[in-house]
Amino acid sequence: MLKTFSIGGIHPADRKISAEKSIEVLPLPKRVVVPVAQHIGAPAKTEVKKGDLVKAGQVIAKSGGFVSANIHSPVSGKVFKLDEVVDASGYRKPAVIIDVEGDEWEESIDRSETLKTEITLSPEEIVKKVGEMGIVGMGGATFPAHVKLAPPPGKKCKVLIINGVECEPFLTSDHRVMLEKGDELIVGIKILMKALHVDRAVIGIENNKPDAIKHLEQLTKKEQGIEVQPLKVQYPQGGEKQLIDAVTGRQVPSGKLPIEVGAVVHNVGTTLAVYEAVQKNKPLIERVVTVTGPGISKPSNFLARIGTPVSQLIEAAGGLPNNTGKVIGGGPMMGKALASLDVPVTKGSSGILVFPQEEAHRKPMENCIRCGKCVSVCPMGLEPYLLMIETEKELFDRAEGDNIMDCIECGSCSFTCPANRPLLDYIRLGKGKVGQIIRNRN
Amino acid sequence: MSIVLITILTLAGLGALAAVILYLASQKFKVFEDPRIDQVEEALPAANCGGCGFPGCRAFAEALVKADDISDLNCPVGGPDVMSTVAEILGKEVGKTDPMVAVVRCNGTCEHRPRLNEYEGATSCAVAAALYGGETGCSFGCYGLGDCVEACDFEAMYMDEETGLPVIIEDNCVACGACVDACPKDIIELRKKGPKSRRIFVSCVNQDKGAVAKKACDVACIGCGKCEKVCPFDAITIENNLAYIDYDKCRLCRKCVPVCPTNAIHEINFPPPKPKPAKEEEPANTPASSN
Repeated sequence: MLKTFSIGGIHPADRKISAEKSIEVLPLPKRVVVPVAQHIGAPAKTEVKKGDLVKAGQVIAKSGGFVSANIHSPVSGKVFKLDEVVDASGYRKPAVIIDVEGDEWEESIDRSETLKTEITLSPEEIVKKVGEMGIVGMGGATFPAHVKLAPPPGKKCKVLIINGVECEPFLTSDHRVMLEKGDELIVGIKILMKALHVDRAVIGIENNKPDAIKHLEQLTKKEQGIEVQPLKVQYPQGGEKQLIDAVTGRQVPSGKLPIEVGAVVHNVGTTLAVYEAVQKNKPLIERVVTVTGPGISKPSNFLARIGTPVSQLIEAAGGLPNNTGKVIGGGPMMGKALASLDVPVTKGSSGILVFPQEEAHRKPMENCIRCGKCVSVCPMGLEPYLLMIETEKELFDRAEGDNIMDCIECGSCSFTCPANRPLLDYIRLGKGKVGQIIRNRN
Repeated sequence: MSIVLITILTLAGLGALAAVILYLASQKFKVFEDPRIDQVEEALPAANCGGCGFPGCRAFAEALVKADDISDLNCPVGGPDVMSTVAEILGKEVGKTDPMVAVVRCNGTCEHRPRLNEYEGATSCAVAAALYGGETGCSFGCYGLGDCVEACDFEAMYMDEETGLPVIIEDNCVACGACVDACPKDIIELRKKGPKSRRIFVSCVNQDKGAVAKKACDVACIGCGKCEKVCPFDAITIENNLAYIDYDKCRLCRKCVPVCPTNAIHEINFPPPKPKPAKEEEPANTPASSN
């Protein structure tokens, strides 16, 4: 019996149509748009001005606080201008726009393909390096990675969990990283283990990726303390708290961080970026992005520079089909529909999904029939139908009491609702309001 | 026979004892309530809309009775009539308040502001605003999902199907401010109703740079500053690429309206402009004389 998390969960069709496609390097775009807020926390402060010449890997915006991250130029070229550009949410956010000229990298970056296994840096130096190189959680939440590598005083990390679950349907970028960059990944895990002073690491992989499980099991055979844990397929297993539950059997208490149960979770993409940052001096300036969807003629996994417009990735995957109804940034469960195709790839872009008209629309909402399906699938043990009503009626104190802040926004409730109620839409709104109330109180 | 008598007497005795205890208790724990609170509450419109800033008419009545100076308390629903009745009951001076009315500061109809995408989430502006910048290039404008109409208790608003924007029925609007709170984009504002309901305002809240705003919407304020220059009363300020007319300073001279290159400044309830405008001197005091 394979392990999985204990509360709720759903089984959407996985439709990993790009799983067999190896990672292709995307040609450089003519112009990149690099937003200065690509992570959770304070936006970075711009360090360049119009007309500056920059090299790939050069810092163009400095971290704006502890929970923040540096932004590096993903290309070499000339800063065209600093401006506000429409981001994936349709709001205008400050960004650095760079016209690409050649492909010149900072000299300190080692661009060779050779595997460097020897870890020379001390744990403190690793954390510092990860911070400098602008590494953030690449599974989509974009939480600065160095913060997770520095547990608060008094808390000890006992196990490092590497998130290779990739539970979102369609997405295959982590899957390809595990298959093609396995060796680098193992070194990355060792670096993280050294930084966190732990001797045990578990790579959690759902068993719909048997090739990745087999490959990594082979690689970890002779490694001390690193094991591969195949997991039963269930969404949202890639959620941090769900993965900890699945791997260790422990549940993170409400409102607490994973370190409370002695676990730290990093995504495989992040782990690879950590390897490249620490061993090769390479900042986070490119990432693997899955471009897929039912209508896409050439579903692919691209290695794209940060700042590349989404339209270029879709073009490289065979172009936008005529009957396109919706383009989603991220996975189909938690991703957001893009308001424009000019938005750039950011550190958190795991995938771009193109859906035809017939799959793009919501069904009309009906009345709640109190079937309780949302309650039974909620992986956090919440009552989504109730939280939605409380938000609608503005009963925010009750919503807070019903732990609305624990919601991980996985969308299982909306997915499963037979009355097509926009449960998550309202819960997200309620979370925002309750969060505001809590902040004002403190 | 005696059993019947004893029963009756015992019960009567118990009843009398209970009555005495209850009487004493009610005297001991008596809560004095100013009878004027009830009177004032009676005079208020009982709309419980919260427009006065208090949770319901009863709470407002209590505040009115308690306050020494009620000049800055106002019931927007009842207006001066109700407030003078209240003042009479309480024997206090009532402040002079200008009647207010809600205005929608967005004119981004489908014609002026092309839709770039299609929203099909929950029908709520608050939900949409938490999610993204809206169906058009303007992330400041009206979402047209009607949270304000939903919030209005006085049937003073409706959604215009054609324009996709909310419309305020002036006669019904009591300026309670429910729509102002409901709008996640701060588009609706309470403004002075003005003499003869005439008023001038900038019907836009877009703070983007001029070119960006204009591209997203034909009738956006581009922050060019022409109105600021032409205003003889310093009523117009430009902040964040957006003009704002201070209704306390505005004397309704209408000079700003024709100079706006995008027609973002709206005049309401004015007669059609005459070839030669009337004198500007003190038009606010004698608006009737100019026509």
